[in-house]
Amino acid sequence: MLSMPKSSCYHCGADCDANIKIDEKLFCCEGCKMVFQLLDENGLCQYYDLSDMPGIAAKGHFVSEKYNYLDNQTIQDQLIQFKLEGQAHVVFYLPQIHCVSCVWLLENLHKINAGIIQSQTHFEKKEIKIVYNPGLITLKELVQLLSFVGYEPVIHLGGNDWLKKKKVNKKQLFKIGIAGFCFSNIMMLSFPEYLSNDALELGNLRPFFIYLNLLLSLPVLFYSASGFFISAYTGLRQRWLNIDAPIALAIVVTFSRSVYEILTQTGAGYLDSMSGIVFFMLVGRWFQDKSYDSFAFDRDYTSFFPLGVTVLQSDQELNKPLSELQKGELALIKCDEMIPADGILISQSAIVDYSFVSGENAPIEIKQGAMLYAGGIQKGRAIHMEVVKPVGQSYITELWNSPLLKSEKNTEKSFVHPWSQYFTIILFAIAITSGFYWSLHDPHKILPAVTAVLIVACPCSLLLTVTFTYGNVLRWLGKQKLYCKNASVIEAIHKIDTIVFDKTGTLTQQEATQLEYEGAALSKSEMLAIKSVTKESLHPLSQMIAQYFSTKVEGVVEVNHIENILGKGTKAHCGEYDIMIGSVSFLASHGIQREDNYVGSMVCLAINGNFKGVFKITHTYRVGMSNLVASLKNKGYQIHLLSGDHPTEKNNLLKLLGTDIPMKFEQSPEDKLNYIQMLQSQGHRVMMVGDGLNDAGALQKSNVGIAVTDQSHLFTPASDAILEGDEMNQLSALIEYSKKAKLIITLIFSLSICYNIIGMYFATRAQLSPMVAAILMPISSISIVALSALLSFLFSAKIRSKN
Amino acid sequence: MGVIVILIIVSVLVAGGFLLAFIWSVKTGQMEDDYTPSIRILFEEVIKEETK
Repeated sequence: MLSMPKSSCYHCGADCDANIKIDEKLFCCEGCKMVFQLLDENGLCQYYDLSDMPGIAAKGHFVSEKYNYLDNQTIQDQLIQFKLEGQAHVVFYLPQIHCVSCVWLLENLHKINAGIIQSQTHFEKKEIKIVYNPGLITLKELVQLLSFVGYEPVIHLGGNDWLKKKKVNKKQLFKIGIAGFCFSNIMMLSFPEYLSNDALELGNLRPFFIYLNLLLSLPVLFYSASGFFISAYTGLRQRWLNIDAPIALAIVVTFSRSVYEILTQTGAGYLDSMSGIVFFMLVGRWFQDKSYDSFAFDRDYTSFFPLGVTVLQSDQELNKPLSELQKGELALIKCDEMIPADGILISQSAIVDYSFVSGENAPIEIKQGAMLYAGGIQKGRAIHMEVVKPVGQSYITELWNSPLLKSEKNTEKSFVHPWSQYFTIILFAIAITSGFYWSLHDPHKILPAVTAVLIVACPCSLLLTVTFTYGNVLRWLGKQKLYCKNASVIEAIHKIDTIVFDKTGTLTQQEATQLEYEGAALSKSEMLAIKSVTKESLHPLSQMIAQYFSTKVEGVVEVNHIENILGKGTKAHCGEYDIMIGSVSFLASHGIQREDNYVGSMVCLAINGNFKGVFKITHTYRVGMSNLVASLKNKGYQIHLLSGDHPTEKNNLLKLLGTDIPMKFEQSPEDKLNYIQMLQSQGHRVMMVGDGLNDAGALQKSNVGIAVTDQSHLFTPASDAILEGDEMNQLSALIEYSKKAKLIITLIFSLSICYNIIGMYFATRAQLSPMVAAILMPISSISIVALSALLSFLFSAKIRSKN
Repeated sequence: MGVIVILIIVSVLVAGGFLLAFIWSVKTGQMEDDYTPSIRILFEEVIKEETK
């Protein structure tokens, strides 16, 4: 073990001052110590040797009832991939996986519990596949064990899309493999033809080579290239000439002419060029389609809700899948659980955090009989609620059924397609002209010249340029922690002229509300009294105040006559003090007027009937937001701000972002969606930057929706791209870089036009020998790929040095 | 000259063998995870073989 600062936890590396230790090893909490003990007992301490303090802080992961729903058979069937006698396979998503130690521990789980037969992690997807014996360990116990060692699985409905994706990937790899095999063999077998002076030298071996080539080219034509034909056909049926159409035509023409030459024994054909170009284009598509496996871009609301819910039936707690939750049922929501459907509160009171749904910052206290909306998170004690609407019809889920969202986005054709159309038109013009020319001079050369033109000048170089450039740009953006869903997002970014920001969680940091006291100085005993009173209430703001004082004074004193008034505040007697903490109106109703002029979210404090001061609740803005907005404005973007929160922060925002920005507050998810719609109907192309479920509609509707996330890609609503919160200040540079993609493509495409002109020179003279084609094709392909990589790198270096 | 025919057939068959190996590797999922095995190789103990 390397030396480490004494004050950090041996398990998770958190600062610790408590005296929890085993043989000189310090721990920050009992939780971490317990995890260590478990690993120690099972001889798994190598976990701590592989990396420094690898553990995940074990805070609150011991709520075992949380997973009771996993005992339900329907839910188990959804999760378990397949089951055999004494064996079940299950895959979990564990976002906490971050280092070598994680992999090591997770793959050695079988040492802790004999019921686990084998576990295998996928680091990049952050997934674990576990094979276990259901007779020895239940699914619930398995999840509890994972949570205990710090890897709490994220279990949600509809998380099995990856199976489909896998199959597509495999098919693509097969096509590349077969094309590569055929291409390389055809090339080898073509050498004798190119290098021999005339047919005589090869003698009767020549037909052997040529027919073998023909045989090898069949899988390329019928299997590897099938994607181009299908895409061209679907395009043509929609009366649209996409880039695949001229490519498919070129492949067919090349193949037919080669077959014709071979059968008439007039030549060897261009089979090597044909299979080569198919191979390169497939590799290009594969390179561009690099996907970020651990991200889910297409989540709908179902992925945010828990799988199961606890229902009370004749005083019995029953776990059932969320989808079976009926109207009128009594649901039990425990602390930190999500409200699964709209309902009425049966319990006395609830404290619900709606920040994810509405963007409101502070949790809200809700009284008996009031409505609870799906998506809120209960922050206090367990509550009972009566379900009034099934899951699919809740306020938040209705948004997904909005007709505004039904329209497909980014259906606009890429700028590449019009280019390829012009290209095709010019190509046909040249082919016809040369055909016409030869019909006057030497009719025998019409067919060779026309087919040669079509062979040489297929827009495959355009396709190669585009796929490799987008592939490079996507990768670089990914390195800068902006993960795009696909290449069309980059093109959509080009056209953006308006950027709309959400406030909570986007401009401000998630879960970083700060509290500060301002007012008359407080004595030690007063502070102690306040701390003791606020500790009694479960209200999050009250808890925050208690936390605020816990660093200033030690211990607690006895509190008498405590009175919590819902939605207002707390009144209590403590020692010699009469303490009142609550809203302005709460104090005013007791005849106390506030004596300050702070505007914003706050809690007031009065002692013995005298106003003392306020606790200001402030947001922490992300670093560099004001620079980011200024730089975006400089580049000519219109900036808007939409917030679901109250306008209390408006002055701060004006100072931070400038006064020329339209700001809208108290926006419902639907308002945000309509606002984007309104901007678009004015002809703007809108980028929405948001984070929560409340932005989901707007993200979906906008031309480019970027979801900002802080906790490594948990809970991002459906979006086109995912940006890590710490990189928010880089957004301007990232947009600039993605705009460079078009420039790179233009540059390289002009180069490939030069190649085409050379090829055209030979083709129109009906002099295109297979050898010229065989030389020109790899040279142009390889130089395009190399240049694309080089330019992408140069531009990225330039933008990096600027920052 | 006839020997060249045999040689070429053999060479295509050998290359075909590699193609089959590639297809097999894709089918059994060896191309799905290109990062974790590089971590796994550093562990001192032998990780249990896949059971199925």
